[in-house]
Amino acid sequence: MSEETTNSGEPVRVPFMQRVLDNPFILLFIGIVFPTLFYIIWGIMEIVNIPIAP
Amino acid sequence: MSAIQPPAELVWWKQPLDKVEGTWIGIALVWSLFMFFMMPFWHIYGKQNLSSEAYKTTPQAYMAKTQAMVDQYTVRTETAAQLPVVRPPPGSDVYLLGRLWQWYPLLEFEKGQTYRLHISSMDWQHGFSLQPVNINTQILPGYEMVMTITPDTSGEQTIICNEFCGIGHHTMLGKIYVTEGGQ
Amino acid sequence: MSDNQFRICPESGLQFHKPAEMLMRAHAVVAVVILLIGGIAALLVTLTRWPAIHLLPADRFYQLLTMHGTNMLIFWMISFEIAVLYFCSSTLLRCRLATPRIAWLGFALMLIGIIVNNAAVASGTASVMMTSYVPMPANPNFYLGLILFAVGALIGCFVFLATLVVAKDEKTYEGSIPLVTFGALTACIIAVFTIASGAIVLIPTWLWSLGYINHIDAAMYRIVWWALGHSSQQINVAAHVAVWYAIAAIVFGARPLSEKVSRVAFFLYIAFLQLASAHHLLVDPGLSAEWKIFNTSYAMYLAVLASMVHGLTVPGSIEVAQRAKGLTNGLFEWLRKAPWGNPIFSGMFISLIGFGFIGGISGVVMGTEQINIIIHNTIYVPGHFHATVVIGSTLAFMSLTYFLIPTLFRKQVAFPGLAKWQPYLFGIGMSSFTLAMMGAGTLGVERRHWDMAFTNSALGFEYPASAFTLMGIMGISGVVAILGGAIFILVTVVSVFFGKSVESESSYGISATRLMRADPVVVPEGGHGAAGKWGFAAPGTFVLALFFLAIFVLYYAVNWKYLASVWPMS
Repeated sequence: MSEETTNSGEPVRVPFMQRVLDNPFILLFIGIVFPTLFYIIWGIMEIVNIPIAP
Repeated sequence: MSAIQPPAELVWWKQPLDKVEGTWIGIALVWSLFMFFMMPFWHIYGKQNLSSEAYKTTPQAYMAKTQAMVDQYTVRTETAAQLPVVRPPPGSDVYLLGRLWQWYPLLEFEKGQTYRLHISSMDWQHGFSLQPVNINTQILPGYEMVMTITPDTSGEQTIICNEFCGIGHHTMLGKIYVTEGGQ
Repeated sequence: MSDNQFRICPESGLQFHKPAEMLMRAHAVVAVVILLIGGIAALLVTLTRWPAIHLLPADRFYQLLTMHGTNMLIFWMISFEIAVLYFCSSTLLRCRLATPRIAWLGFALMLIGIIVNNAAVASGTASVMMTSYVPMPANPNFYLGLILFAVGALIGCFVFLATLVVAKDEKTYEGSIPLVTFGALTACIIAVFTIASGAIVLIPTWLWSLGYINHIDAAMYRIVWWALGHSSQQINVAAHVAVWYAIAAIVFGARPLSEKVSRVAFFLYIAFLQLASAHHLLVDPGLSAEWKIFNTSYAMYLAVLASMVHGLTVPGSIEVAQRAKGLTNGLFEWLRKAPWGNPIFSGMFISLIGFGFIGGISGVVMGTEQINIIIHNTIYVPGHFHATVVIGSTLAFMSLTYFLIPTLFRKQVAFPGLAKWQPYLFGIGMSSFTLAMMGAGTLGVERRHWDMAFTNSALGFEYPASAFTLMGIMGISGVVAILGGAIFILVTVVSVFFGKSVESESSYGISATRLMRADPVVVPEGGHGAAGKWGFAAPGTFVLALFFLAIFVLYYAVNWKYLASVWPMS
């Protein structure tokens, strides 16, 4: 995974962060999980926990 | 290679930054962090913070509480519809409701005193927009929001509905009168 | 896959996969038709909010405002963006589009959704604004149309992702995808989140409108709806930033200052931009300050940082390219001698400036947790988002269209004289429009409001005279901008349907010819810096960026000061 080959076939070491940015599906995962967790789930938990009026 | 072509280098992660980018990223990061910390700072040292105090309620329950307050503290009525003007004691819980297309009741506060203002909607969503002082919040049916406010200017303030609520939306006004202290 | 499925554009050297090309054309044509419908609604809405004219009765006004909102903010943008996604995958990667038939299914669903939604609004039974806040009911077809459109758009997103996989498998490129494609990927990822949120909120709402569900909670609706409503505008941001980079490359042959910086900035969009849906909930009941602060600030303003980086690197890359061509005098010769008569460039540059200075700054200021108290639901809000979505995204897409007419549609740009002025008319009209709205909003004028004079209200209220003046300026500027929009539609429709075919030269072919076959800009020895000043590759851009920051800081401070004058509350 960490190796990319040029068309002429010689292997090149690709740094970890570049491999992350080159993988659309890892990015898709991050782009859905972050807002779902921080915005939607956290927000809904707060709404659910609003107490009933005395 | 231009931005519409693949990068010229197979490994671009290790290319050094130009000074112009590095400098700007540093400046922009400092500014971003400053703006972020400004918000908690204002919670501690600023005076205008919206409370997160809120309760689940029902239109019936909320109406009952509002009516009880109206019955107790009405000082006069206004307009052809005989809308009550309520002057609650300072420090008390004050109930304001929005409904199609009216804010009920009208309120009278004393300058410099603090009130616990509850607001809810009887039907659709409404917007509480107090003008000209310019305080705006969202009012939802089923939720009772509590703001602890201290009017520090006297005179007439108008509550305008600023969430679209149907054809009569533009007629939905209310009033908060603020009297000078000691009256 | 046979070779005759592809054509090489003789001018630009771009390689088009024929099925992808047909899809791009179809999406772009639908987008422009929607822009026309939304534009007519815009004119009538503007003429109603212009107090001296106050054209429509209240029911028509709210109906057309609903139509304007959904068509412009959802249908126009996303339809055009699907075309951009196909362009950035199939064309830029020189690759076949994955599953064109399924892509056509997506197109059909989007088109049916648009028709169903618009028919519901046109019937007068769905004047609920784009947001359709429960429990205000709409005709069920209003929601159904949006759901069908969303499913179609989601299919488009997956076709884009599948095309990236195909390109990698078939090795149509080497190394990483181009930066512009990476920007399109960012838009696609945000779109997937947006559309999924839309489905989560709209399907139950649709069932509720049909009577199968009793109750939809207003607060829950708002949280999930804004994951759709705000994030959909973040798709636009990612897409138009990608378009800026593309146009810098197309017109100047500019290469990114640094692939790493620009891609990390897009990555910050992917991770954090969508959190800003909280901007709409800052004065809602019951949400904690912690939730508001974390989300409204895109997790410590990291997405704002990203926008500030793009705002530097896009013009910076143009500056470097221009300096490499010898425009090295002073700080700004590169900018002065830019092709201001070419609407591909002028539109893109006005989009960049307008988005940053007007839309960006106002967005961050009003998205500050406490400052939102003095801005929520005033006409400041549409002032802000017309600067981001209209000056930022729409104008960028218009600029790109001037490039696509000769390359994708193979037609000469009609009325080149008009086209040359169009971005100025539209951009300057819109800038004045948005600034007037922001001014009026600061004076408390409400958005989505038929009558700022409150006729027939039992209790009256009078805004200051300056508020009426500002709304008048808004009206005039709005009409100017709409004229600019009308010219765009005229030029586009005449070019595409009645225009002369491109032979060897086209109106804007000069810039396009350098595209793929051109040598990239020569980078001086010792990196970019050799052509600049103070060791900076792009000193002029840096000065512009500092100017931007100064305005930002000043305006931010002014608003805190204004907030401090409001009644104390806790």
